Amino acid sequence: MAKLTTKFKSLKKTTKVDFATYLGVIAVFIVVTVLQNSGMLNRKMLGLLVPICCYMSMAVSLNLTVGILGELSLGHAGFMSVGAFSGVIVSQSLLTAVPNAPVRLAIAMIVGAIFAAIVGLLVGTPVLRLQGDYLAIVTLAFGEIIADLINCLLVGYDASGLHILFNVSGTKTIDDLGLDATGYAIIKGAQGATGTKTIAGLTAGFILVMVTLIIVLNLTRSRAGRAIMAIRDNPIAAQSVGLNLTKYKLMAFVTSAALAGAAGALYGLNYSSLQSVKFNFNTSILILVFVVLGGLGNIWGSLLSAAALTILPEALRQFADYRMLVYAIVLILVMLATNNPQFKAFFAKLLPRRHSAEEKED
Amino acid sequence: MKKKFAAMFMAAAMVFTMAACGQKADTPSTPDADASGDQSGAEVQTFVLGSCGPLTGSAAIYGQAVVNGAELAVEEINASDSTVKFTFLKQDDEADGEKALNAYNTMMDEGMQVLVGPTTTGASLTVSDQTNADRTFMLTPSASSPDVTSGKDNVFQVCFTDPNQGTGAADYIAENMAGAKVAVIYRNDDAYSQGIRDTFVKEAEAKGAFEIVSETTFTDATSTDFTVQLTAAKNAGADLVFLPIYYQPASVILSQAKAMSYEPTFFGVDGMDGILTMPGFDASLAEGVMLLTPFSVNSEDAATRSFVKTYTEKYGVEPNQFAADAYDGVYIVKAALEKAGCTADMSSTDICEALIQVMPTLSVDGLTGKAMTWNAEGEVSKAPLAAVIENGEYVMK
Amino acid sequence: MEFLSYLISGISLGSVYAIIALGYTMVYGIAKMLNFAHGDVIMVGGYISFCAMFYLGLPNIVAVLLAVVVCTVLGIIIERLAYKPLRSAPSLAVLITAIGVSYFLQNSALLIWKAAARVYPPVVEGTASLFGGQLSISYISLLTIAVCVVIMLALTAFVNKSKMGKAMRACSEDKAAAQLMGINVNATISATFAIGSALAAIAGVLLCSFNTSLMPTTGSMPGIKAFTAAVFGGIGSIPGAFLGGLLLGIIEALAKAYISTTLANAIVFAVLIVVLLVKPAGLLGKYVPEKV
Repeated sequence: MAKLTTKFKSLKKTTKVDFATYLGVIAVFIVVTVLQNSGMLNRKMLGLLVPICCYMSMAVSLNLTVGILGELSLGHAGFMSVGAFSGVIVSQSLLTAVPNAPVRLAIAMIVGAIFAAIVGLLVGTPVLRLQGDYLAIVTLAFGEIIADLINCLLVGYDASGLHILFNVSGTKTIDDLGLDATGYAIIKGAQGATGTKTIAGLTAGFILVMVTLIIVLNLTRSRAGRAIMAIRDNPIAAQSVGLNLTKYKLMAFVTSAALAGAAGALYGLNYSSLQSVKFNFNTSILILVFVVLGGLGNIWGSLLSAAALTILPEALRQFADYRMLVYAIVLILVMLATNNPQFKAFFAKLLPRRHSAEEKED
Repeated sequence: MKKKFAAMFMAAAMVFTMAACGQKADTPSTPDADASGDQSGAEVQTFVLGSCGPLTGSAAIYGQAVVNGAELAVEEINASDSTVKFTFLKQDDEADGEKALNAYNTMMDEGMQVLVGPTTTGASLTVSDQTNADRTFMLTPSASSPDVTSGKDNVFQVCFTDPNQGTGAADYIAENMAGAKVAVIYRNDDAYSQGIRDTFVKEAEAKGAFEIVSETTFTDATSTDFTVQLTAAKNAGADLVFLPIYYQPASVILSQAKAMSYEPTFFGVDGMDGILTMPGFDASLAEGVMLLTPFSVNSEDAATRSFVKTYTEKYGVEPNQFAADAYDGVYIVKAALEKAGCTADMSSTDICEALIQVMPTLSVDGLTGKAMTWNAEGEVSKAPLAAVIENGEYVMK
Repeated sequence: MEFLSYLISGISLGSVYAIIALGYTMVYGIAKMLNFAHGDVIMVGGYISFCAMFYLGLPNIVAVLLAVVVCTVLGIIIERLAYKPLRSAPSLAVLITAIGVSYFLQNSALLIWKAAARVYPPVVEGTASLFGGQLSISYISLLTIAVCVVIMLALTAFVNKSKMGKAMRACSEDKAAAQLMGINVNATISATFAIGSALAAIAGVLLCSFNTSLMPTTGSMPGIKAFTAAVFGGIGSIPGAFLGGLLLGIIEALAKAYISTTLANAIVFAVLIVVLLVKPAGLLGKYVPEKV
């Protein structure tokens, strides 16, 4: 035991934090599972579990782009949308071919991730040349375009396979797909995906969060991750030591998109119906709020803030009509409290010991 | 260091929110025991009825109407000598499936037995699957897609279905305005609008009595300006413009058409109702507009008049069709509960099964229709009435 | 002739975007902050002027002035309470706070004025017809364009010539250096917000007059579009915002007319992406490569 402790102490600080993050997530998962099985959680909490996992994964993956790569993205929900709808299409068309729900869910999430990664590559290649707020506006534009495009999508499945129609003129309906008698619609334009068989669950959510963490943390701590952070801190210096900016930027961006796609697929398969407006600018912003509140580059901060800010509006339901107003005020106050020098000095005084300990570490 | 502070804050927030989650919201006002004092023998049964809709965000206009309408009906019933009374719950669903499910779960935690909601089609699609799995009775006042009810025996509608509206409009135009050149402007990212448009166009092609000369769309993001769509309709020579949309964008279309001196007949559906009571609306813009609606605030019907009066006094705005649908919804639930002989101590599942048996045998007179009946699919049967706006009032045709 | 009429509706719409974009670009150019609450200040301006005209029966011009005053005060309060304490914080923290302010304004409006949509009486009514009625343009569009041009010229003159304007430019270049030169950076940035909010009030009146409708969410989408327009023209550039707004409106109208009404919005954003790829700092923005 003593040996282990010394070994643990000799680890690097980041490694310790990473281990703590993994252990924390596993511990929370076990506690929640126990609570769930013993019927201690009410319906509201149970209903929140899967979306919280999705948002955690979204937040961690966006943190890779915003916190670690240092590029502001306002269209992260667009990748979630791509993943969600491709995941739903895959899952719904494999209903008979793969009757085992967990396997189907896994396939859907992988396909969702692949599609989102492809879109991420297509968007990222030209766009990552832009900097700062210009990149932000292009990702915003991308999110809006994706929402509009999916809105025009008509998809059905029958014995002869998938039927996909792109309703640009706005004059086509699900009847134009020409489905045979056994066919069923998967995505119906503005009505979105309906009648989806919901197969998502907490275990899948837990695995998603763990996979996201493993990928993001390992990438960050690797050689590539150090390169990415070097680019964030000083692109010119990074370039001058021979780092390929485009390659590393794309690596982070596409990984982030793929993880968002997997989270989207899980989200999409948690609800029987899903519209593309769900993944609009507001959702992208919501995820950005998770990341900023949790701390840029701080992975476990993202996890915590995603969970807290998903629960918060639900916990505020007792305020009835004032709910969203209170939410806005809490959001502003938390931002002020965590970023204002005076507030911070105030808290530092409250916790003098901790404060000095941290100073040394820094 | 900053990160640590952020994290500590988060942790504190977590504890707070988790703690708050465990608490139950204040129980809303239960009916006064005195109100039922004059009951002879029959015991008062108080059921927990929930309603939800978007109370915030861009669709709040519809959700607030539904929740207010339902609340008004509950208060009326609780003040009456009825033996069925309600405890009313309301929640915000932001017109979003995820939030609607959260709202539904919250109300179930609070002991909801019957759901009159949600308001919008998207939210209702998500919630209806859950209520079907849970066996909770659901009556949606205003979600009009047939997909909301199809295959779910526990889900019923108060409003017309979209195909019903589309067919109704096509029938009316074919009969009364044969040979018309019709332009359609609809909202492409809205299931309601698209649903009506799809059936309308299909029926129009089948009938062949009138011709669709122009079809244009808009989305939420492009709902500021309709001059292009109107110009297209004008250039195509349309003398009738079919607007299967809600009244807020419709009011913009009417005023922009007037500004470009384009004066066709505008033909709306039930979503158009409410246009006359928008604060500041110039009724002359809507002169000659035709619409299919089950409800009219200007109706001479005594029940409607008292509803409009109380609603306006209580909420400061005139009710629209959504409010009337929800108001009817509560009375429908009441009638069904009475007929099925449900008692308040029954579980939501038992109530659901009992009500499913009763609904197809029910006939209810409400603000939005006389002798409304339901088929086993959950669709309502009531006659859409065609009205023309003349001098700022509906004139029924 | 058909093309011209589409072009005119594009210009009308574009002028509305342009006037909102001017406010955006003003605040961004000096305070270097994406003020996502700008759209909601516009909405407040709309409601204030609506209430003044509809309920208090004030003359239009007084109503507009009242809206300008209220929005300016509101802008100063928001700046003082929400943004000023974060002057030294990372820009993303301010961005999120701005989003919080946006939610706050929207939900306050929802509680005060309820969700029901109001019909906004245009501040000027009527239509000018050209070529014997074949083309028409509403007076409100003409007014919007005129106001845009006036504001654009006035702002350019103010920023280039006046002492306060020079201080603003100094702050936008380098806050620390500006402070060393004796410029009160805090006061300058506060003044920028005040001007931005006053512009938002005027934009609110014109947007609502054009759209004839008013809801608590009225400002959000035009806000995002105008932000796009500002970037399109080169954010921080005052003539760029005007040009970006007009072009955005024209592209949107022509896309609706000739390509697809369904995808008009997507097309606008696609054009934006292409423009930014070719000219990474927008149409009139200056691309400043970092020197080593």
